[in-house]
Amino acid sequence: MNEKRRRFEALAMPHLDAAYNLARWLTRGGAEADDIVQEAMLRAYRSFDGFRGEAVRPWLLAIVRNCHRSALEQKKRHAAAPLDDRDDTEIAADDPTPEASAIRHGDGRELNKALCALPEEFREVVVLRELEEMSYRDIAAVTGTPIGTVMSRLARGRALLKAELTGGSHDV
Amino acid sequence: MTCDESLKTQAYLDGELDAAQSLEVEAHLEQCAECQALAADHADLKEAMAGASYHRAPAALRARIGAALDAEAKAQTNVVPLKAPRRSGFWLGAGSGAGGMAIAAALAFLLFMPANNVLVADLADAHVRSLMGEHLIDVASSDHHTVKPWFAGHSDISPPTEDFKADGFTLVGGRADYVHGTRAAVVVYRHGAHIINLFAWADRNARLPGTSSRAGYRMVFWKQKDLDLAAVSDVDPAELDRFVALVKKSQSRE
Repeated sequence: MNEKRRRFEALAMPHLDAAYNLARWLTRGGAEADDIVQEAMLRAYRSFDGFRGEAVRPWLLAIVRNCHRSALEQKKRHAAAPLDDRDDTEIAADDPTPEASAIRHGDGRELNKALCALPEEFREVVVLRELEEMSYRDIAAVTGTPIGTVMSRLARGRALLKAELTGGSHDV
Repeated sequence: MTCDESLKTQAYLDGELDAAQSLEVEAHLEQCAECQALAADHADLKEAMAGASYHRAPAALRARIGAALDAEAKAQTNVVPLKAPRRSGFWLGAGSGAGGMAIAAALAFLLFMPANNVLVADLADAHVRSLMGEHLIDVASSDHHTVKPWFAGHSDISPPTEDFKADGFTLVGGRADYVHGTRAAVVVYRHGAHIINLFAWADRNARLPGTSSRAGYRMVFWKQKDLDLAAVSDVDPAELDRFVALVKKSQSRE
């Protein structure tokens, strides 16, 4: 391992789980999360020389988000491919045996389903805040939006999630 | 229909406000039913979110990425300039000399002293946890004579607890915490809108880094008497150094 590779291992690789978690939630559990994360880690490595900030995690997650965006655009251009390849039934919404899965997944299944149903701009801030426990400032850095936007999306996202979890019918 | 203060209340619930702003929101919460409902929903959601899936990177993916990075590292050994991806410009300006030096200092020991890597991560976690309002203070007092005996009864460590209010660092309390596999006494100070956590634990003859930073928080380490100490904060580096100097001075007087 050379110096840069060691540096990357010590500073960026500890955030691989966070990168993967975000990619999984952005893709709603899609199998393409693997490719997005691998692409993001390579991109991060290539630009690591230029990285002078102190907070590695938001920097890395911003790259993951950009890779997800690029992948989406690419998919749109090759629209022949199925857009929503939900072969990952773990958080898929249409399980035919609700009783069985309620046992398997407990309350988490309902929540995962509700979170998946959120539009992406709300889903990402809720995931970054609630699962990654990031500060508003860091979330703003990841999403490239002002803090005020983070706050209003978080409020809206939480309200939608609550409606999703309590009502069944909702105003998305 | 929605209370004008709801975003501020949300920020309070998310632990994003300083002490003064928090007091304002707490006063508002007492008389605003809408924000009370918001607070209840916030707590419910937090509880529910504990059931959400956190997707950890599978071992196979981790290995694949490691191999891809190794290949990349090998291919790049002879190439000097690297083209940064589109959005890196935003980050290039983000850290200046001080940040770079802090990173360099952090690296120096991250690479050679992996045990301290864990220590730094632990301290950063403990600091962030405390800021998120989960566990900042067990004993709230600006009185040295209250905080000191509390530690005597709640930890086997006797940290420095002097109030430096005149110098702009107000003692706000203390708590018992657990860091790097050992019990730590934490003395909490406020400086303007910033919180400084002063961690103290029994010296086990481990080497400490001088300074470090993690997740945007700066840490200054030192040893004094039979204690290892670390001051952690997002306060201006020069101010943190000034704080550390005050603690060292007070401790040597004891």
